[in-house]
Amino acid sequence: MTESFDFRKLAMTIIMTIIGILFMAPFIWMISSSLKVEEDVLTFPIQWIPQTWNAVENYREVWTGSMPFLLLYWNSIKVTVLTTITSVFVSALAAYGFAKINFKGRDVVFLIVLATFMIPPQTLLVTQFLLYRWFGLYDTHTGLILLNSFSVFGTFMLRQFYLGVSNEIIESARMDGAGHFRIFLSIALPLVRPAIATYAILRFIWTWNDFQYPLIFLRSEELYTIQLGVQSFADEHGSIYSLMMAASVSAIIPLLIIFIIGQKQVIEGIQLGGVKG
Amino acid sequence: MSSEVRAKTKIQKERSAKSKVKKKKRNGDPFSGWRENLAGWLFIAPMLIGTSILVLFPMVSSLALSFTDWNFVSGYAEAAFVGLDNFVTLFNNNVFLQSLRNNFVVLIAIPITLIFSLGIAVIINKYIFFKDLFKVIFFMPFISSVVAVAVVFRVLFHPSEGPINQFLMTIGIDNPPGWIADTTYALPSVMIIMIWTSIGFNLIIYLAGLQNIPKELYEAAQIDGASAWYQFTKITIPLVSPTTFLLFVTGIISSFKIFDLIIVLTNGGPANSTNIPVVYLYQQAFLELKTGYSSAIALVMFVIILVITYIQFVGQKKWVNY
Repeated sequence: MTESFDFRKLAMTIIMTIIGILFMAPFIWMISSSLKVEEDVLTFPIQWIPQTWNAVENYREVWTGSMPFLLLYWNSIKVTVLTTITSVFVSALAAYGFAKINFKGRDVVFLIVLATFMIPPQTLLVTQFLLYRWFGLYDTHTGLILLNSFSVFGTFMLRQFYLGVSNEIIESARMDGAGHFRIFLSIALPLVRPAIATYAILRFIWTWNDFQYPLIFLRSEELYTIQLGVQSFADEHGSIYSLMMAASVSAIIPLLIIFIIGQKQVIEGIQLGGVKG
Repeated sequence: MSSEVRAKTKIQKERSAKSKVKKKKRNGDPFSGWRENLAGWLFIAPMLIGTSILVLFPMVSSLALSFTDWNFVSGYAEAAFVGLDNFVTLFNNNVFLQSLRNNFVVLIAIPITLIFSLGIAVIINKYIFFKDLFKVIFFMPFISSVVAVAVVFRVLFHPSEGPINQFLMTIGIDNPPGWIADTTYALPSVMIIMIWTSIGFNLIIYLAGLQNIPKELYEAAQIDGASAWYQFTKITIPLVSPTTFLLFVTGIISSFKIFDLIIVLTNGGPANSTNIPVVYLYQQAFLELKTGYSSAIALVMFVIILVITYIQFVGQKKWVNY
């Protein structure tokens, strides 16, 4: 502990603030451009604070125009929320099974599931696509939701937490005649709530930002998620930068809000898993 | 060992396994037996079925498809077995070879990211106020949608009107690079964005690694009068080497996945200068509709990633020093 005020720390904070602002510059530029009239977007020196505001018109065009973001949002929210719920439930069930039930073949199956983690998802796209056309899941939200619902990462992470739950609690509940499913719902699940929250936030972010699966498994425009929408919006209005920026802001903002609310969980979850989405 | 002996030992093993099970039952463990087995399998069933259908089965069929010449639109009857032809074509294809080369060039971004991330992590960890705020700032690009980020950089990197080049021209650089429109600078542009988006992730992992370094080491070094730089090179760098190694490997593997960024930013162009195997796979599979050929690409990528993972497995013990 230093007795006097740490000036070296203050100087470092100021330097890092400058670096931080530079780091954020693309975001600041994006937001500022989305509020301007088109002619001012590329003026130089950059007008960080718009001189002529055009925010309402820009965002109205993005939200209700030819590629209505209102619909994209609805699709994205639907797909992301359902994926998150399914994935958390599937992973929590499997994690409990792998951690707390002694059944034959458990360790072998766990190793197989863990090994699939190394398979790069892109190498499966072609056959998954064929499979989806067979099953009639191609170009449906159900198909898209299923693709992100079976997460090895989630299973592994939640299993680590279940291993930390003491066996005595579970055994005494079993002595009282409770079945595994009841224990899972009323004892195990509440005990690992922080881990569930972390995984749910991560899965939400990953699914919301997912571009590859919607690109390949969706065709109808009315089913597009927000990421696909931004891309086709950019292709359509490629020369109208203020609108493109308004679209980008619309795609990023909800996630930033979720991140800022759950930043502790997100950061801890990523540190724990050491894995990229 | 002859096969007979092997069969015998196998039988013996089975017997002993059976008797173990019997013993367990005799001991009267109330939570074993078929009910427990059934419960276990039911709990993992959704995960197992999902993984089997969406990962294991596609994996195996992809292997089979890679030996065929087939276009999925034409129906299964049209699939023709062509042996290793796809692989021969693949390794004689200039675009694929260039995409592999590009992917290796992209790897240069990883050490650069690691240096920046470790530097920032050390500063945030020790020498700064408002730690959490800075974490959030540097982490923001990582959680932002890659599509939106790519759209923004498409404009920022615009060769004549983009803010970056306008800035470069005002500070006296008359012929600034053409960034994503120029075959020489397109890949470096992709790498700049990669570095920008992945610093947050690497930083967070490094911060976790730094927490694990015992504080006494730094205190002892301070008593001995070691400078901050000396502490950094002699304590921090060696002790975070496991983290560095982990990040290096995840960096390599995720560099094979920068699909979203490239599709939206350049679509592999100009003149394939930003094409990487994943993008090539996508183009061949879903635009050219060469199902068999693209399965061969998938298989080659799978083998490459398997090799990297294996090197990680072996290397972890060899190269990580503390």
